[in-house]
Amino acid sequence: MMVIEFHLDGRSGVSPYMQLIHQVRQAMRLGLLREGDRLPTVKDVVAKVAINPNTVLKAYRELEYEGLVQPRPGVGTFVTRTLSDESLAAHGPLRQELEQWLTRARAAGLDEESIEALFLSTFRAAAGEKA
Amino acid sequence: MTAVIETNGLGRRYGRRQALSDCTLSIPPGRVVGLVGPNGAGKSTLLQLACGLLAPTSGTIEVLGARPASGPAQVARVGFVAQDTPTYAGLSVADHLRLGARLNPGWDDGLATARIRQLGLDPGQKAGKLSGGQRAQLALTLAIAKRPELLILDEPVASLDPLARREFMRTLMEFTAEHEASVVLSSHLVADLERVCDYLIVLAASRVQVAGEVDELLATHHRLTGAARDPATFPAGHQVIQASHTERQSTVIVRSSAPIDDPSCSVDKLDLEDLVLAYMTQAAAVGRTPVLETTR
Repeated sequence: MMVIEFHLDGRSGVSPYMQLIHQVRQAMRLGLLREGDRLPTVKDVVAKVAINPNTVLKAYRELEYEGLVQPRPGVGTFVTRTLSDESLAAHGPLRQELEQWLTRARAAGLDEESIEALFLSTFRAAAGEKA
Repeated sequence: MTAVIETNGLGRRYGRRQALSDCTLSIPPGRVVGLVGPNGAGKSTLLQLACGLLAPTSGTIEVLGARPASGPAQVARVGFVAQDTPTYAGLSVADHLRLGARLNPGWDDGLATARIRQLGLDPGQKAGKLSGGQRAQLALTLAIAKRPELLILDEPVASLDPLARREFMRTLMEFTAEHEASVVLSSHLVADLERVCDYLIVLAASRVQVAGEVDELLATHHRLTGAARDPATFPAGHQVIQASHTERQSTVIVRSSAPIDDPSCSVDKLDLEDLVLAYMTQAAAVGRTPVLETTR
């Protein structure tokens, strides 16, 4: 059974290789992928999204290098960590606050693009301060 | 490791027209090679030389270490899907498979039948009654079931709608992943090839403009934008591919393996399409204007 399915955004400007890596990390953070889960095989991935098999191999190698997955020869590539354990419980309340914030932003007359821009610029500024 | 395709000064003339000139390539095995170029650039000629349908008029070509179509064993190692994925209109899908089985010693009938079932094709259907996408898939199935070490496809998706294109590429990539075969496919659109290729050849005006690993090409090409300047003033390691100027500004596409360290201009990465277009534009410009040798 396949646990996650990849999809690629052709217009994002992000390389397919990076998109695959992001999607695995994302799925791990959201608790969709847990320790012991098997990633889709290279054949499964290319048959779904029509990319070069080497791109998938490269992405899986990078995830292995990051210590997130481990290949088992002849069996597949397996997730070796669970990223979401402690923080997952906090997702619910945080999401609720974010939804309330979004409602307030819309009520203040901001459109979708302005909301996104405001969020991203604040997010980046805060990330910059931290670094 | 033996190169999949190795050419040296390869050329082909039709009467007085030179369709391919001075082509020197060495393609490593296990790649999905994209051959891009405008219509009439010589793509089909190169591919037909590789499968032995044409003989060179100059230079040499070796495919998987041997002369193309030099014997039945060599023919069996190379699969070829000609332009517009032709099939026999009067023969049924099942007839095509029977033909494939008779003509190819390494025929994998299990694979062929499974593919046809997976595609939902009716074995009794005449190929002439299939949709464009189904016909392309049938032609691809025949080429795959032959279990070639090298699969060559000439503009396989040019006449397909976007959905059929995607389906075709999925099948092709699945085959590549499963059998670790090498693939060479041509297109006049980079977008068709961008996701699937890890090796690229740009052919324009009957010459190879650039060839190499996609990652390396992307890492070594840069767009420099800055105050107007003479391309001749760039350092020796920077190969100027294309330059355009306004009165005040110069935009230059440069190939350089060393990082660009030039505070006077802004440096951007190129995507594959921009890279290919730069080479094509340059080739077209050279073809149009008489080349003036400037004496310095």
